[in-house]
Amino acid sequence: MFREAALLDEWRLDEWLDLLTADARYEVPSNDRPDADPSSTLFTIADDIARIRGRITRLKDRNAHAEFPRSRTRRLIGNVRIVGKSARELRVEANFVVYRFRRDGSVREYVGRYRYVLRPERGALKIARRQAVLDAMELGSMGLVSFIL
Amino acid sequence: MNDRPLVLNEADSFRVNRATMVDPEILELERRRVFDACWIYVGHESEVRAPGDFRTRTVCGRPVIFCRDSKSAVRVFLNTCRHRGAMVCRETEGNARIHTCFYHGWSYDRDGRLDGVPGEKDYPPGFRKSDFGLMEPPRVESYRGFVFLSFDPSAAPLVDYLAGAKEYIDLVLDQSPSGRMEVIEGAQDYEIRANWKLLVENSFDDYHLLTTHSTWLDYLKSAGVKMQRPDRGHLLPSHGVGKPLGNGHATTDNVNFRGRPVAKWIPVYGEAAKPEIERIRAELVARLGEARAARVADTNRNLIVFPNLLLADGSSVTIRTFYPVAPDRMRVRAWALGPLEETPSARAIRLDAFLTFYGPGGLATPDDVEALEAVQTGIAATWREVPWSVMSRGMAKTGEQLNSDEQHLRAFWMQWDKLMRAGRD
Repeated sequence: MFREAALLDEWRLDEWLDLLTADARYEVPSNDRPDADPSSTLFTIADDIARIRGRITRLKDRNAHAEFPRSRTRRLIGNVRIVGKSARELRVEANFVVYRFRRDGSVREYVGRYRYVLRPERGALKIARRQAVLDAMELGSMGLVSFIL
Repeated sequence: MNDRPLVLNEADSFRVNRATMVDPEILELERRRVFDACWIYVGHESEVRAPGDFRTRTVCGRPVIFCRDSKSAVRVFLNTCRHRGAMVCRETEGNARIHTCFYHGWSYDRDGRLDGVPGEKDYPPGFRKSDFGLMEPPRVESYRGFVFLSFDPSAAPLVDYLAGAKEYIDLVLDQSPSGRMEVIEGAQDYEIRANWKLLVENSFDDYHLLTTHSTWLDYLKSAGVKMQRPDRGHLLPSHGVGKPLGNGHATTDNVNFRGRPVAKWIPVYGEAAKPEIERIRAELVARLGEARAARVADTNRNLIVFPNLLLADGSSVTIRTFYPVAPDRMRVRAWALGPLEETPSARAIRLDAFLTFYGPGGLATPDDVEALEAVQTGIAATWREVPWSVMSRGMAKTGEQLNSDEQHLRAFWMQWDKLMRAGRD
C-alpha cells in the first residue's frame, strides 16, 4: 500500500495498473452514502477494470484537461490494519490524507479511509477492490476527484 | 449598474460583459432580481415519501426543510426558529414527528405549527402559539414531481413559468411506465471556483464537446461505440439543435450517439446488458408507439430551467442545481433520476452509464469544471481590459440553430438581462 501510494504520487499509472487483479474495482462512494452499493446508489466513482483502464488512458492524455498540467499529490497513509482474512483474500483498512496541489497555490485536502480487498496471485498480493471513502459531509471545496484518489 | 449595458444584442453580434462574472454588486442584484423573482428548484417528491420525512437544504441562500406533512403533502419551511432564529433542524435527512429547536426548546409539528413552548405561561396574555408557526416561502408548487419555490408572492403559476420546458420534462418522464421517476440515493455535492452562469452556459453548450471532451469521446470509441464523421459544415457526431423555450429556458435536442439506459444499447454497457435494454425498448414501443418511443430513446437533451436547474437526459438522467456562493464560486448539487419501477439490473446500468460521463469523478464533467475555472481565472483580473465575451454563433443563419450554435445560450442571457434591468429592489 505504501508502494501504491508512491506510484500514484509519481503518476506511474501503468505500474499502478499492474498492482490490480484482472477483475479489480475502484470506488469512491458519494459522501452522503459511504456504505452503499454502487448498483443501487449513485457513487462519485464506481469503476470496473475496463473503466479503470479507460480512466488511466485518459489521465495519460494531455487532453484530460482537469489533470493537465497534472496535479501534484502527496498521500499519507496510517492506521493500516487487517480487518478480515480468508484463504482467498485479505481485507485491509487504512486512513489517508491526500493533498492535491494545483496552480495558484491551491491545495485541496482529501481525508478518509481506504477499504481494500487483496488477493494473492502468483506469489504477490494484488488489489481486487479499492474503495476510498471520504470523511467530509460533501465533496465541497475538494471539487473534483479527477485523479486516482 | 443600470447605466452600463451588460448584454449587447446587436444585428450580427451578441456580447456579454465579463463584469457579470466577477462583480459582487451584480451578484447581490442577481440574488434579488433573478433568484428571488423566479421559480427555483427545491427537490423531487420522491426524496420525501412518507409523512414526517424531511431533507434540509439551502435554496436561494435560505436554509429550508423540505418535507411531507401529516397529510402527506409536500411542504417547504424556512429552517429558522420563530423565537430567536436558530436552525430548527440540523440533520440532513430523516423522519420526525416533531422538530425541536435545541436552543430554548420550542418545538414544531410536521405541519410547521408551533407545538411546545417551555414555560409558556410566562409570556404575556396576547402571546398565541398559532402566530409562531415555521414560515414558508410565499409560493411552493410542483410539476410532475419536481418541487419549486418562489420568493415572489405575485409570481405567475409554475406551469405557466415553465412554458416550453414542460414538453421536455414530459419527454424525460415518458421513460417511466407509470410516468413517475425517483431520485436515486447518493448526492454529488461539490464546489466549482467559477461564476454560476458559466455552468448554465456549459451545461448545454455543445460547441465545446470535441475539444473539451476528446478523451471521453476516445473512451467511447475505444469501447466500440460507433460515431459517424460529422456531416459537412457540422462539428458533432450527430445532428442536434439548440432551442429557446420561453422565459429564459432552453434545451439542446440531439440525435443520440452516446447510448441511453432508456433504451439505446452501446458496447460500453457490455453484452450482458443487451436483453435488458431491448426489454425496456419493447416496453416503450408498446406503451408509446414506435415514433414516440424513438423520440424518447434515440434523442437526448440538456434542458436548462431558468435560472439554475439542469435536467441532463443524456448518458443517464441527472438533476443538477447550483447556486452562487460568491461571484467566483458556486455550489453544485446533482442527483441521478430513474424510473420508479426500474429493475435492479436496469438501475445498475443507469448508474454505471451516469458515471462514465457525469459528476466530479466522471470521465467528462471534471474537464468542464476545469474549463469553467480556467475562464474564471482568465477573466478575474482582465475583465476591465478585455470586457466582452462573444456569443454570436448562428446569428446570421436563417433556419435551424444547431446545438453548437449559441441561440439557446443567448436566450438565457436575454432573460437574465431583462430581469436585471427590470429590478424590483
